[in-house]
Amino acid sequence: MSAAEALLRVEDLKVEFPTEDGLVHAVDGITYQVQAGKTLGIVGESGSGKTVSSLTTLGLTRRQGARISGRILFGGRDLVTLPEDELRAVRGNEIAMIFQDPLSALHPLYKVGKQLVEAVLAHRDVSKAKARARAIELLGLVGIPDPAKRVDAYPHEFSGGMRQRAMIAMALANEPKLLIADEPTTALDVTVQAQILALMERLQRELGMAILIITHDLGVVAEMADDIAVMYAGRIVETGSADSIFAKPQHPYTWGLLRSIPRLDSPRDEELVPILGTPPSLINPPTGCHFHPRCPYAQPDHARIDPQLVPVADEPSHFVACLLETEVRRRLWAELGAGGTPEAALAEAGLAHGETPARPAEGQPPLPGAGR
Amino acid sequence: MSAAPEQGEGALTVPPPPAASGALLQVRDLVKHFPITRGILFQHKVGAVQAVDGVSFDVKRGETLGLVGETGCGKSTTARLVMRLLEATSGEVRFDGRDITRLKGSKLKEVRREMQMIFQDPYSSLNPRKTIGSIIGEPFAIHGLEKEQGARKKAVQELMETVGLNPEHYNRYPHEFSGGQRQRIGVARALALKPKLLIADEPVSALDVSIQAQVLNLLRDLQREFGLALIFIAHDLSVVRHMCDRVAVMYLGRVVELGTGDDLYGAPRHPYTGALLSAVPVADPARHRAERHLLTGDVPSPANPPSACRFHTRCPKAQERCSVEDPPLEDKGTGTLTACHFPLSGEEIAAIGVGRPR
Repeated sequence: MSAAEALLRVEDLKVEFPTEDGLVHAVDGITYQVQAGKTLGIVGESGSGKTVSSLTTLGLTRRQGARISGRILFGGRDLVTLPEDELRAVRGNEIAMIFQDPLSALHPLYKVGKQLVEAVLAHRDVSKAKARARAIELLGLVGIPDPAKRVDAYPHEFSGGMRQRAMIAMALANEPKLLIADEPTTALDVTVQAQILALMERLQRELGMAILIITHDLGVVAEMADDIAVMYAGRIVETGSADSIFAKPQHPYTWGLLRSIPRLDSPRDEELVPILGTPPSLINPPTGCHFHPRCPYAQPDHARIDPQLVPVADEPSHFVACLLETEVRRRLWAELGAGGTPEAALAEAGLAHGETPARPAEGQPPLPGAGR
Repeated sequence: MSAAPEQGEGALTVPPPPAASGALLQVRDLVKHFPITRGILFQHKVGAVQAVDGVSFDVKRGETLGLVGETGCGKSTTARLVMRLLEATSGEVRFDGRDITRLKGSKLKEVRREMQMIFQDPYSSLNPRKTIGSIIGEPFAIHGLEKEQGARKKAVQELMETVGLNPEHYNRYPHEFSGGQRQRIGVARALALKPKLLIADEPVSALDVSIQAQVLNLLRDLQREFGLALIFIAHDLSVVRHMCDRVAVMYLGRVVELGTGDDLYGAPRHPYTGALLSAVPVADPARHRAERHLLTGDVPSPANPPSACRFHTRCPKAQERCSVEDPPLEDKGTGTLTACHFPLSGEEIAAIGVGRPR
C-alpha cells in the first residue's frame, strides 16, 4: 500500500457512541485508503460499522456525541479535527455522498431543480440562472430524459430510479474527487439497479472521481470495486483487491458470506452454508477475535488474542485479521471453495473443533446473550 | 429437489376438470383491479390500478412455485388473492379441487386452515405485546384446537423445536429475538395447523446475508419433511432459483413466462426474463459480463398499462405487432410457457451468459 497516492486515508479510526445501555463501539480501529479514480467497496452486514465510518468521514456523526479518535486524511487535512466551517467546504464539494433511500434524502416540498441549485450555490459563487443551467446539465448527465422540463418536477413525480439519479446529480454538482455511495441500489429493483451501477461506472470514467461504495451485496462489489474491505463488528477483517478477495478469500467470515448466498451460476442443488448465530452486540463485543463465537474453526485461544490485520503470504496487498495459520486457512478454503461443508473442511485441515463451536447458536439465547 | 413433472402445465391453456388434475392449487384468469376514486361525498370511479390482470398457474402438492418480478408486478397481490385476504375482481382460485373464490364464513375459515402465510417483515408481523407462546399458539386458539392449556403449550414447544428455536423461550417477547429468529417464529406459527400450502412473501429480504441462508435452509428442510406446497415470492432471482421447482415471472400484473427453474434460468425465452437475469450482479469479478442488456426507463404505471404486450414499451425486440396483439402464454417448443411474439433466439440466450452452472 503506497500511502503517497491515496486520495483518502483512514488511520486507526474509532467511533464510539455513549448510550444508556453503555458505550457502543461502532467502529473499532479501522485503517483503509481510497486511491484517486478507483473504487473501494466496503462489505458488511447491518451493525458492522460500515455506514458509521463513512458518515464520520463527512463529520456527520459529530452532533450525535460520538467519541472519535484516529485520523481521516484527505488532501493534506485531517477531517477528524477539521473545524466545522472548513469541513463544510469539503462536504458536498470535494467529497459527496449518496444515500440508500432516495425518497427520504430529497426534500418532498421543493422542486428537484431547486435542490440541485442549492447544492451548486452552497459551494459556487455563481448567479441563480447559471446554477439552474448547471442543474439542467447535471440531470442530463445522469440520464434523466427531458431535463429542461424535469428540473421543475417534485421528487414524488420521479420514480425510484429517477430519484436516485437526481441524488447522484446533486452529489456531482461540484465535481467531487470522492463519491461515497451508501447502499445506493438496495432500495431499487434489479433492472434499475443495473442502470444505476452502469451510470456510476460511466461517470467515474468520465469525471475521474474515486468511489467508496458501501453495500451488503457481494454481487454489487464484485461488479464495481477495484479493492474490497470486509467489515465485521466494527473491524476490518479482510482487505485486498476484488480479484484476490473473490479468488482466494482468507477470512472465515468472508468464506461464510460467499457460501451463504445462492448464485445464479452455482449448481442449483448446492447447499447453502449459513453463518450460525447472530451478529454480536457492539456494547459488549466478543473478546479476542470478534468473529470467534460464530466461527466454526475457532480455537480456544482465539477468545483471548486480538488478531491484527497482516499481509497474506505471497500477496503483499491482501490483508487478513485471522488467528488461523496460513497453511490451515489454505486447506480450509480448498475444501470449502469446492463445495464442502465446514465439518469436512475441519477434518481436511486436521483441525479440532474449537471449544466455542457455534453449533448451538441456532437455539442460543437471543440478543442479550448473543454478545457474550 | 427433483424437477417437477410436466403434465400439469398443459392445464394452463385448457383447464381440465379439477378431479382429474393433481394440482393442489389452481389459479385461473385471476384479476384484481383497485378502483381509483375522486370526490368526497359522492365518490366516482375514475380509473383502476390493474394490479393483477389475468394470472393463471397451478401449484402441485409438495412443489415450490416461485413468483418473481419487480416492485408493482402484482406478485404480493396474487398471494393475497389466493389467501382470500383480498377479494378478486374476477377469476377463480381452486384449492384441493374446490372453488374457494367466493367462500364465506365458516367454510372460508376451514380452507384457511390448509394454507398459511409468512410475511416479509419479521418486526411488524409479530404482535410486540404477546409472548412467543401465545403468538405461535394463536392459530390453535382461532380454530379451537388443543384447548387444554398443557396440550397447547406442548404443541407450541414442539413447533418451536421444529424451527430451531429454544422451547424454553416460550414466555419471551418478540423484541428479545433477532430478525432471523423472529422469522422462525413466523414460520412456526404458519406450520401450527399443518397446512398443505405455505405462501412465503419475501421471507428473507429483510434479513442480513448471513441470516438469509439459515431461513432458506429451514424452509427447504420443512418443505421436504412435511411435503408442503410452497409459493415463494421474491425479487431476488438467485434465491428463487435456489428454492423453486418452477418459476413464474410476472410483469405489470401478468405472468410473462413460466417454466421449470432449470429451463427458465438456462434458456429464458421472454426478453423481460432475459433482461432480469442479465441485470443480476454476479459475485465473481472474473465473470464480468462483456455486455449488459440494460433495460431503459422504468416500469409503467399499472393504472395506465401499455396496450397489448405490456412489456413492449421497454422491450428491445418490440415491433408494431406487440402494441396491438396480446401474446398468449404458450409453449414455444422448449416446455416453458412464454407470452411473447418474438422470443429470444439461442444466440441471444447465449449472450446473456448466466444460469448455467460453472
